[in-house]
Amino acid sequence: MSERTTELADLVGEEHAATGRDYAAGFVTEIEADTLPPGLDESIVRAISAKKEEPSWMTEWRLDAFRRWLSMPPPRWAHVQFPDIDFQAISYFSAPKGDAPKSLDEVDPELLRTYEKLGIPLHERARLAGVDTAGEDAPQVAVDAVFDSVSVATTFKERLAEAGVVFCAMSEAVREHPDLVRRYLGSVVPKPDNFYSALNSAVFSDGSFVYVPKGTRCPMELSTYFRINAENTGQFERTLIIADEGAYVSYLEGCTAPMRDDNQLHAAVVELVALEDAEIKYSTVQNWYPGDEQGNGGIYNFVTKRGACLGDRSKISWTQVETGSAITWKYPSVVLRGADSVGEFYSVALTRNRQQADTGTKMTHIGPRTKSTIVSKGISAGNSQNSYRGRVRMNPGARGARNYTQCDSLLIGDACGAHTFPYIESKLPSAVIEHEATTSKVSDEQLFLCQQRGIDPEKAVAMIVNGFCRDVFRTLPMEFAVEAAKLLEVSLEGAVG
Amino acid sequence: MTLLRIEDLHVEVDGKEILAGIDLAVDAGEVHAVMGPNGSGKSTLANVLAGRPGYDVIRGSMTVDGADVSALSPEERSLRGLFLAFQYPVEIPGVSNMEFLKAAVDAHALGRGDEPPSAVDFVKRARVAAGRLQLNPDFLKRGVNDGFSGGEKKRNEILQMLILEPRLAVLDETDSGLDIDGLQVVADGINAFRANTNAVVLVTHYQRLLNYVVPDHVHVLADGRIVHSGDRKLAVELEERGYGWLAN
Ligand SMILES: Nc1ncnc2c1ncn2[C@@H]1O[C@H](COP(=O)(O)OP(=O)(O)OP(=O)(O)O)[C@@H](O)[C@H]1O
Ligand SMILES: [Mg+2]
Repeated sequence: MSERTTELADLVGEEHAATGRDYAAGFVTEIEADTLPPGLDESIVRAISAKKEEPSWMTEWRLDAFRRWLSMPPPRWAHVQFPDIDFQAISYFSAPKGDAPKSLDEVDPELLRTYEKLGIPLHERARLAGVDTAGEDAPQVAVDAVFDSVSVATTFKERLAEAGVVFCAMSEAVREHPDLVRRYLGSVVPKPDNFYSALNSAVFSDGSFVYVPKGTRCPMELSTYFRINAENTGQFERTLIIADEGAYVSYLEGCTAPMRDDNQLHAAVVELVALEDAEIKYSTVQNWYPGDEQGNGGIYNFVTKRGACLGDRSKISWTQVETGSAITWKYPSVVLRGADSVGEFYSVALTRNRQQADTGTKMTHIGPRTKSTIVSKGISAGNSQNSYRGRVRMNPGARGARNYTQCDSLLIGDACGAHTFPYIESKLPSAVIEHEATTSKVSDEQLFLCQQRGIDPEKAVAMIVNGFCRDVFRTLPMEFAVEAAKLLEVSLEGAVG
Repeated sequence: MTLLRIEDLHVEVDGKEILAGIDLAVDAGEVHAVMGPNGSGKSTLANVLAGRPGYDVIRGSMTVDGADVSALSPEERSLRGLFLAFQYPVEIPGVSNMEFLKAAVDAHALGRGDEPPSAVDFVKRARVAAGRLQLNPDFLKRGVNDGFSGGEKKRNEILQMLILEPRLAVLDETDSGLDIDGLQVVADGINAFRANTNAVVLVTHYQRLLNYVVPDHVHVLADGRIVHSGDRKLAVELEERGYGWLAN
């Protein structure tokens, strides 16, 4: 029955991807841009800083990062393959022309249309896209829209300000909240942490800044929507979220890019800081352009995301649904410093065609009785390679710490691969570390059972994959869960021949 | 009226002939029992009817309600009312029984051009059917066959049959692995399903089920052919004498 399995592999989007019919976000916005020439040296770093009208401490910070980056080799340990990137061929800054809009009314209508098309509302009566059934009472979501290198709009700023919550573009935060930025920027992901974090620290463009004050529950979901539009341009966003003592915030991140034949680099850094009793929930639905069937084009998604549970009883929870990008290299991690702090990582990563994903998490237990949970669901189809890489470290002070890891892989077809690389580092006898891993296949028998009951194979695959991901989808805010399930379904289209 | 007609059916699996000329006609309202030694081709017959990939029809025809189904996909055959209760039901962890059944019922409704039932109505219906098979309603929430015992899986097959209300139900050894009460419950389910608008083909090794579900015809399959047919008394005779005497 191997013939049957091949057929099954064909189902998974091969021909759809070839024509790009299934990547609805693949259009290009025609807009005049102010773009720096390709290449990277100190003058480019200074030029970016100047464009953002940054204070000199920020310029120096960037230059320091740049000098460190020069001496660092690109990482080679991930289970991914791609030609060397020519960092001199990339442009490090591109922004729509003109002065930054002061209010929503000033935003270029072409940009508003772009976000409308993507289902992202840049007005303040809005709810998240794709949730037609949610009705008028659906929860409101504040959006920061980042287009190439700049934030073009942030909604609900005033309502958030009433609650004392700061939600703005990073470049604005550098000017308006220098104390917080200086204190925390680079505190969780140090500049020389890795090759891409050093690069990002030197050239980062925009991203979001969030500060939730003491004892405050952020009154709505916050979200940032990243869009790469310009050609030959890298996107290097920088996000910093600080939840002060007893604060709570839920933050969502979405991303898309046009379909282009060249690979584009996206090297973001996200830092989360949770003080005593604070909680941050960070959800990502990553749908960067994955490239075509032969593996041409697509985004290189090389991202460093890390949260620090600094305070006792603080909690940081990462949820990611990764369906896009040609290559994903990403390990949202938590450093559990405060006593009784909690770190969580819930992940769904779907790869198909020639996509490669090497993703997972690092949980570093430092404080006593710290607890971490890792649930990773990898789905591989086509000729793709999907790896889970996770590290759980128990430091000597982490008495009574616990980790639970569950790592499941689902294969669709015969030509794809799933790999798990769990690393456990513990010299602590009192620490409890549990690890479970499974690999399963969408079998011909399961598909036939569904078909025999009248369910067409494409629906059947979507149903099985959805079931497989349920534990992760449960952790997403409702609107995003619906979106994530839809996204998976679209990504799997054509998975049945 | 003839619901299912099989004529001179030859089937190969991996290039090997397994069915070597089957003729069978099943009328609406009838129950046919198919018996025969291990490896004689009973499951092959059931699977090829349902359109399982890998079972190649070399010669002959299979018609349901007068239309040849050989070229139809498995789901199209399902929508035309063909139901197969599997000898070895497969597990689909993570997909709840309820979700699975709803997807199946919705597909059938859409196939007929009807609106799918509301979730509320559907849940009621599923609960009633589960109760009938003495399956705890919790089974509806669990993954499809996930961790079910052998007997529970068989009851679950009949549950699906009762909910989908097929025109032709082919039950492949649904009685195997059932305890005494289970056998009774399943037999009651089949009897409740029987109507003059549908038909049942029962593949079984045991006369016991046929005491509860009385067949109109009994066929013996050996080496890919129907070698003998009779009424219910044939099943009793087979129980006493085995299959050996038929070979001569
Ligand atoms: N994929 C296959 N490749 C080769 N032979 C096969 C294959 N599938 C079935 N067969 C053979 O076909 C024959 C008929 O099998 P089938 O499952 O139809 O028998 P059965 O009558 O249902 O038996 P049982 O009573 O044990 O269930 C057997 O000899 C079996 O080994
Ligand atoms: Mg059999």
